[in-house]
Amino acid sequence: MSTELFFQYIAAGLTYGFIYAIVAIGFNIIYNTTGIINFAQGEFVMLGSMTAITLNAFMPLPLAILLSVLITMIVGAIMEMLFFRWLESPTVLRMIIITIGLSIIIREIALAIWGENVRALPYFTGNEVTSVSIFGAHISPQVLWVIGICSIVVVALQMFFKFTRYGRQMRACAANREAARLCGINAKNMVTLSFVLSAGIGALAGCVVSPITYSQYNMGVPLAIKGFTVAILGGLGNSMAAVAGGLVLGILESFSVWIMPSAYKDAISIAILLLILFFRPGGLFGRKEELALKEF
Amino acid sequence: MLRIRNIEAGYGSIRVLRKVSLHVNPGEIVTIIGANGAGKTTLLKAVSGLLKTTSGEIRFKGNDITNIPAERLVSLGCVLVPEGRQVFSTMTVKENLMLGATVRYRRDGKETIEKDLERIYNLFPRLAERQGQLAGTLSGGEQQMLAIGRALMSGAELIMMDEPSMGLAPVIVKEIFKTISELRNEGKTVLLVEQNARAALSISDRGYVIETGRIVLQGPAEDLLENRDVQRAYLGRDLDAEVEL
Ligand SMILES: Nc1ncnc2c1ncn2[C@@H]1O[C@H](COP(=O)(O)OP(=O)(O)OP(=O)(O)O)[C@@H](O)[C@H]1O
Ligand SMILES: [Mg+2]
Repeated sequence: MSTELFFQYIAAGLTYGFIYAIVAIGFNIIYNTTGIINFAQGEFVMLGSMTAITLNAFMPLPLAILLSVLITMIVGAIMEMLFFRWLESPTVLRMIIITIGLSIIIREIALAIWGENVRALPYFTGNEVTSVSIFGAHISPQVLWVIGICSIVVVALQMFFKFTRYGRQMRACAANREAARLCGINAKNMVTLSFVLSAGIGALAGCVVSPITYSQYNMGVPLAIKGFTVAILGGLGNSMAAVAGGLVLGILESFSVWIMPSAYKDAISIAILLLILFFRPGGLFGRKEELALKEF
Repeated sequence: MLRIRNIEAGYGSIRVLRKVSLHVNPGEIVTIIGANGAGKTTLLKAVSGLLKTTSGEIRFKGNDITNIPAERLVSLGCVLVPEGRQVFSTMTVKENLMLGATVRYRRDGKETIEKDLERIYNLFPRLAERQGQLAGTLSGGEQQMLAIGRALMSGAELIMMDEPSMGLAPVIVKEIFKTISELRNEGKTVLLVEQNARAALSISDRGYVIETGRIVLQGPAEDLLENRDVQRAYLGRDLDAEVEL
């Protein structure tokens, strides 16, 4: 393989890898505060991306993205407050089923609003034929946008959890909900906040990939599967591991087209998911006592 | 300061507490003793708002706090050090302590809280040495100190403790009990639940004995220590394991 091609694959792998990582982190944030997998995570990505496309018709791109992220965050908050907040000690299964129901409803609403048309946000800089040359490989500037923005999101989230008051409170809730309440932390608000955060980063991810992958009402489904695989691969609840897992999956997928038909690309994540669940249910980086310790 | 009247509470259809009444006056150390499963933890959970009561009334400093959400009670000045320490194991010692002060950020501001942090470090120098260590990697005794320190950071006047000596070596137990009596000198009020009955009663003003969800005996701590039934049921066994103060 030529070096240009090699870097071409790496760049593509990193692009998808970071998106998977962001979706996985979205899963993790909600998992850490509630113990559930939010199957509507992919729908946040879709909502963010579709809303931004619609808004972009009326306003400049940065504003459209900002607004669509905010709107998706509000949707996340409303979703939590309507369907989860008032439940008295609900079981994990019940909550997961609610998220599955919500994902279907959101998709149907999106279909009603936007139809089946495939749309896309414009390239943030240049257009589809613009490229920058890195190590001889021709890479779309949008790839750099995806990698850049996603890295910033990852770092910003880590700072949020480490250094801000609400970030620490969320970690406390994840570590021990009852003890957190005894410290005066409103655990219910932290759950709402976790939905808001997950929705926000999902929406942002949806906006940055839209020019490359295009957007459609059902784009969230494959992303949710990949993100879920990555979350499991890294060990549920562990965000830095999710980044590593995301990049691994992205790069594997990207190089796979070199050795097998690209139609099989999507099978890789399912295969990894099954292998991990069979052999290392705590994830690649998971501890032995696996899900006992949750850390963002 | 705390007045509990005829409360009943339980889990699902299981009733655990049956018409429990007790009170704690300002500046007192009050101990509740009772066998395993008597309902001591259930009682503290009901008071702290972690568990709903089905009847009865709880008042704290004159306010009705029956079934108040746990996170609100702390800001009123009543805090629980839960059974089994329950530190935030994935967070550092310092983070744990600062989280204890959650309710005070708006009220007191950062400087007062930092000053209090120093006080806690003076009280438990071992925590000061381990500020940056993850709480989950502390020894049992250190975790208990952290749990107490975290509760004290809330600035609460009434500290409820659920078996702070559980599973700890006698030397550490002694240290913990010494700290508890020091708290009284600082003007705090303590409601203590203990299996280590002799040591607990010897630092207490008054005590209650709880059996299968009912208060069966109460009185000044000295009287309980001399009471024949109490001696037989709670003080007699494994005297060697008890800590002489
Ligand atoms: N979460 C729960 N669900 C159902 N029953 C419970 C629960 N927690 C406690 N119980 C029951 O309530 C009763 C009182 O338990 P509690 O924990 O209050 O006892 P305790 O006096 O604190 O005992 P110990 O000294 O062992 O801590 C026990 O019979 C126990 O089995
Ligand atoms: Mg108990």
